[in-house]
Amino acid sequence: MNGLLIKNALIVNPKGKYKGAGDIFVRGGVIARIAPSIDGNGETVIDASGLTALPGLVDMHCHLREPGFEYKETIATGTRAAARGGFTTVACMPNTDPPADTPSVITFILRKAAEDGAVRVLPVGCITREQKGKELAEMGALRAAGAVALSDDGMPVADSHVMHMALRYARSFGMLLISHCEDPGLVNGGVMNEGYWSTLLGLKPITRAAEEVMVARETLLAQALDTRVHIAHVSTEGACAVIRNAKARGVKVTAETCPHYFSATDAFVDGFDTNAKVNPPLRTDADVAAVKAALKDGTLDCIVTDHAPHHIDQKAVEFDVAANGISGFETAFSLAYTNLVKAGVLTLDELVTRMACNPAAVLGIDGGVLMEGGRADIVLVNENETYAIDASDFVSKGKNTPFDGTEVTGRVLHTIAGGRLVVEAGRVVI
Amino acid sequence: MALERKDLLGLRDVGAKEIEEILDAAKTLRGILEQNTKKTPHLQGTSIVTLFYENSTRTRMSFELASKYMSAASANISSAVSSVAKGETLIDTGRTLDRMGTDLIVIRHPMSGAPHLLAKHVRASVINAGDGMNEHPTQALLDMFTMREHKGGLRGLSVAIVGDVAHSRVARSNIWGLRTMGAKVRVYGPSTLIPDEIEKLGVVVTASVEEAVEGADVVMGLRLQLERQQAGLLPSLYEYANFFAIDERVLRLAKKDALIMHPGPLNRGVEITSAAADEERSVINEQVTGGVAVRMALLYLLTRRKYERAAD
Repeated sequence: MNGLLIKNALIVNPKGKYKGAGDIFVRGGVIARIAPSIDGNGETVIDASGLTALPGLVDMHCHLREPGFEYKETIATGTRAAARGGFTTVACMPNTDPPADTPSVITFILRKAAEDGAVRVLPVGCITREQKGKELAEMGALRAAGAVALSDDGMPVADSHVMHMALRYARSFGMLLISHCEDPGLVNGGVMNEGYWSTLLGLKPITRAAEEVMVARETLLAQALDTRVHIAHVSTEGACAVIRNAKARGVKVTAETCPHYFSATDAFVDGFDTNAKVNPPLRTDADVAAVKAALKDGTLDCIVTDHAPHHIDQKAVEFDVAANGISGFETAFSLAYTNLVKAGVLTLDELVTRMACNPAAVLGIDGGVLMEGGRADIVLVNENETYAIDASDFVSKGKNTPFDGTEVTGRVLHTIAGGRLVVEAGRVVI
Repeated sequence: MALERKDLLGLRDVGAKEIEEILDAAKTLRGILEQNTKKTPHLQGTSIVTLFYENSTRTRMSFELASKYMSAASANISSAVSSVAKGETLIDTGRTLDRMGTDLIVIRHPMSGAPHLLAKHVRASVINAGDGMNEHPTQALLDMFTMREHKGGLRGLSVAIVGDVAHSRVARSNIWGLRTMGAKVRVYGPSTLIPDEIEKLGVVVTASVEEAVEGADVVMGLRLQLERQQAGLLPSLYEYANFFAIDERVLRLAKKDALIMHPGPLNRGVEITSAAADEERSVINEQVTGGVAVRMALLYLLTRRKYERAAD
């Protein structure tokens, strides 16, 4: 079997032994060799001069929409979009139709991913039946079918007793719970962040406390049970402070944020732009600064996309009734590189830690590292290329982004997922 | 005489010169209302549709009468349910009206930003007749028209806006317009009904109704939607009337010649007492007449625009 040889890359590999200039030889789905110079022998060669090689990115929070919402995205299109964004592993949230609250849905997703997928897909199961927040889902059966974690993402587990029991029961199976933190009473029908812009536009506001109250609850429940909990899509200064405080007390909490929470503010809603409608909502400059600081000091462990593709019909409507969500796979790395690395907040090493190593560690999976004998999940990026985001060019079915036309630096050029060259020169080639 | 703009979606982006032009035109056209024969050919050959997704009496009637007085072909669509519930999108409804040859659509909608969405997708001019909690520009224009009639100008006027500012599109449009025209605006209401960071719109939030009204040239009450109590924003209407209403006692603090205004309809005894609403300084009924004049002016100015109509 012929291999794939990457020549002359700059290897950035926070958790691996090999770093710096070198070549990577891939064969049979694994990295066969990493060395300063490897001679070619008839295999496909990628000239990576001037490019940087990173471990394939791991997105522990996305929506692939299949089954049930294939008009928004499918496993085939979603995983191709992921690959184009440099992701080689994605964990997809269970708010499909039917939701992934039974083993059969998990099995279906894994089978579709094996048939049509371009990257590794790890399904997340539901915490409660139909995500209704009442009765626990069959966590043992979901785990046996292949669920990597559990979440009612999109819906909070509003009842504190239910969450308490869910955390307690999940402990029996060592399952990670990912909490979508949002107190429904405090949201109170709001559609954007409360502040200057909601006042100016007359849109129903959501207080930041809606997120922060539930983040505090989850950290206290996890502390009381001495168990793990992972906080999804952190967006506020106050939530960062609550998590920082909990970590300092030794609570087993991990947390993630998304590129839009450090790249955009509620000012993006001006003009009633439904592409800037997302849940939790875009916040303020102070929150953006706090999220960046929390990424720097490790309060926030991971950067995830919360890729939420929508059909134009759900966005070309009044703001109040437009769907929440941003199509995020194909902009995540560039936004993070531009607003974190180029802006001097994180080193590239630290960025890779938050986009690959930490998500793999939180999920307890292999990946996030370039090593001989390890998965051949590799992404090659050009750190110097500047370009304008073009939503019409997305591989994802969802063109919903508030960043269309935004100039960014740092582009994903080639993605090798499980040893297969999936993206070449920025184009999906499978 | 014509406005360059295609639409009037709010006063946020309307300059002082444009506001003056609209108010001047309204002053001229108000004469028509005093004629025995209220009919002019200003809008002959023009087609106007009022598209109301929310109940309205005075706003809809004043637009309809304004079009009829000026000889427009007018039609109205009233739909208590939103376009979403009806199963047709707002964009599709707008395109349908466009294809029927409509020159101007007047829209009222319970959701903020709906007129902006419509305007982006139709060739017809769009006038916002109130969208959610966002803006109600024609109301603010008629308020400013009434103030100008009595005070001669708007610059330097001190205007107190009292009541449910948070949910009020009337308050927002007045704040934009009055600030642009150089008036000073103070707002007051219970803390649950004053939105975050409103002072950044250039207004002063006062600590009491007395502080708001003291020395004011204009005292404007806002309608309190009675469902705010059920929503948990107020304990009772009785308490609201006691602490937040405009009454004779409070009005003694305003200037001797202060104007008392209210966009209507009034909740007598809730946000304003009958004694206050009916006292001699009250111009609440006069506002209604100004409303027809301002709407005649807008219909005329927007349909006269030399606007290159973009294709779909």
